[in-house]
Amino acid sequence: MTDAIAEEQVPTSRTAPPERLSWDSGMRRFVVLWLPLFCFVIILLFPFYWMTITAFKPDAELYDFSTHNPFWITSPTLAHIYKLLFETSYPSWLLTTMGVAVGSTFLSLLASTLAAYAIQRLRFTGSQYVGLAIYLAYLVPPSILFIPLATIIVQLGLFDSPLALILVYPTFLVPFCTWLLIGYFKSIPYELEECALIDGATRLQILRQITLPLAVPGLISAGIFSFTLSWNEFIYALAFIQSSENKTVSVAILTELITGDVYQWGALMAGALLGSLPVAIFYSFFVDYYVSSLTGAVKE
Amino acid sequence: MSVTAAETWRPRATQQGWLSRLFDNKAFLIVMCLAPAIGLLMVFLTYPLGLGVWLAFTDTTIGQRGIYVGLENFEFLFGDPIFWNAIFFSVFYTGVATVGKFGLGLWLALLLNNHLPFKSFLRAIILLPWIVPTVLSAIAFWWIYDPQFSIISWVFIELGLRETNIDFINTAWPARWSLIAANIWRGIPFVAISLLAGLQTISPSLYEAAMLDGATAWQRFRFVTFPMLLPILAIVMTFSIIFTFTDFQLVYAITRGGPVNSTHLLATLAFQRGIPGGQLGEGAAIAVAMIPFLVFATLFSYFALARRKWQQGESND
Repeated sequence: MTDAIAEEQVPTSRTAPPERLSWDSGMRRFVVLWLPLFCFVIILLFPFYWMTITAFKPDAELYDFSTHNPFWITSPTLAHIYKLLFETSYPSWLLTTMGVAVGSTFLSLLASTLAAYAIQRLRFTGSQYVGLAIYLAYLVPPSILFIPLATIIVQLGLFDSPLALILVYPTFLVPFCTWLLIGYFKSIPYELEECALIDGATRLQILRQITLPLAVPGLISAGIFSFTLSWNEFIYALAFIQSSENKTVSVAILTELITGDVYQWGALMAGALLGSLPVAIFYSFFVDYYVSSLTGAVKE
Repeated sequence: MSVTAAETWRPRATQQGWLSRLFDNKAFLIVMCLAPAIGLLMVFLTYPLGLGVWLAFTDTTIGQRGIYVGLENFEFLFGDPIFWNAIFFSVFYTGVATVGKFGLGLWLALLLNNHLPFKSFLRAIILLPWIVPTVLSAIAFWWIYDPQFSIISWVFIELGLRETNIDFINTAWPARWSLIAANIWRGIPFVAISLLAGLQTISPSLYEAAMLDGATAWQRFRFVTFPMLLPILAIVMTFSIIFTFTDFQLVYAITRGGPVNSTHLLATLAFQRGIPGGQLGEGAAIAVAMIPFLVFATLFSYFALARRKWQQGESND
């Protein structure tokens, strides 16, 4: 990578680059840069292409590779999607997932904004230890918590209720959001708050009218990130929800759509496609926020 | 008009005075602000963590409170070849997948760090595997690995490279490698984009200085890029190791631990024994067995963080 930059810079610094050298470096650039990049993109995107094309293929083409080229569809069909939407409770799974994702995102944004403000702005003795403790909470993976959490959920009478998921998801959302927002609050000049304090504003007024409006990009990052993470969550939803209509999309596809030994690949792929679309669309609108929150959280 | 304004204003003023005095009390405000986050984490994270460790020493089953049985669960597990196999596969899976993810991810980050047209678009589509719910892309992999209708088998047979379908997930070792490949596929975007962010913070003047000193491309990578990238690499790697070691979704979606329990990770084994199997105590013991590995990874992260300052060229204060 660095030598590609170097070779670009060398010809510009000289007056007339020799013809063969520029062809050489163009060829070299193709082999060293474009070819591997192209392979990466193909491999990273292929499962999605395959998912999409399977979702629209009639069964006759799906299981017959010899007469139909598997990479293309001759007669696309909406049968799988129709079956999914009208013969299963897919719409209600989508709705549950959406409700859980929105609810837990809202709850964790509220909790983590306040916590980040307290840690970063109301500096108190030991505030950095509280920050560190919250960071460490992010390192506790759901896989070691779901069994004891299941017993707690049963004791609280929340078993099989989406409310359980809304309450539990903040355990991995709050640490992440808090950490992200601490970074954002840090970038807002403290002088603004001091001015407001001198003008006689209360702490709450400062938070609502000065700090929060300035932290909106951070809040959006944290919000879309939480939404995506709760949309993608699997193990808690699998362990805590039993009745079919309360399941989230990921769990329902694996447990409800697979019946018997013959897999309905068309319907399964249609389900996976429709379940991915909301986050993918959401993502396409906020790509930059995703990248900044991902990299911001890592750099903090 | 001014009279009515004064009338409506006065009661609000007294109320605000009382409230704002309370909210201007810093200690009160700190407690109020931290309460929701700390409360949630205490009830649904710290307490379950402790409860999990306690459950590991009991014989709790679903619907029945267990009694303390000491190390019985662990003694049973240590004599259980499936448990040892899960430990072996967890370590193997984490090791191979981490090497693969970081090798390919670093390569992709270095490629993306060039001057490219449509750079932000490229970055956006590269992150896609990481955004889409893991289970859903895992189902796509399951279909790609189908024993009869695998597209990869078809391509290989069409190209004349093979005679028969490739066996992806029906025997132990191919299934393990298939799962690792799917995990690497899912992990590359995260690693690449994080490392790209790290690469972009490296000052170009360092490369200029190295080039003036006659450094080759490899030397520039080895003595400039790599040391400057090390802090962020360490953090990303810690996260990656923790979440690969405790992975659940991919294995559960593609093989459910089969064939013949050969691809169980500790997390899937804990789930299988704990929730459908009903042996909560035993499941908790398997989950607790993951903790030493996680502590090790966290300590690694801590020491990497502590080394950060001088590596970024700041003063050693």
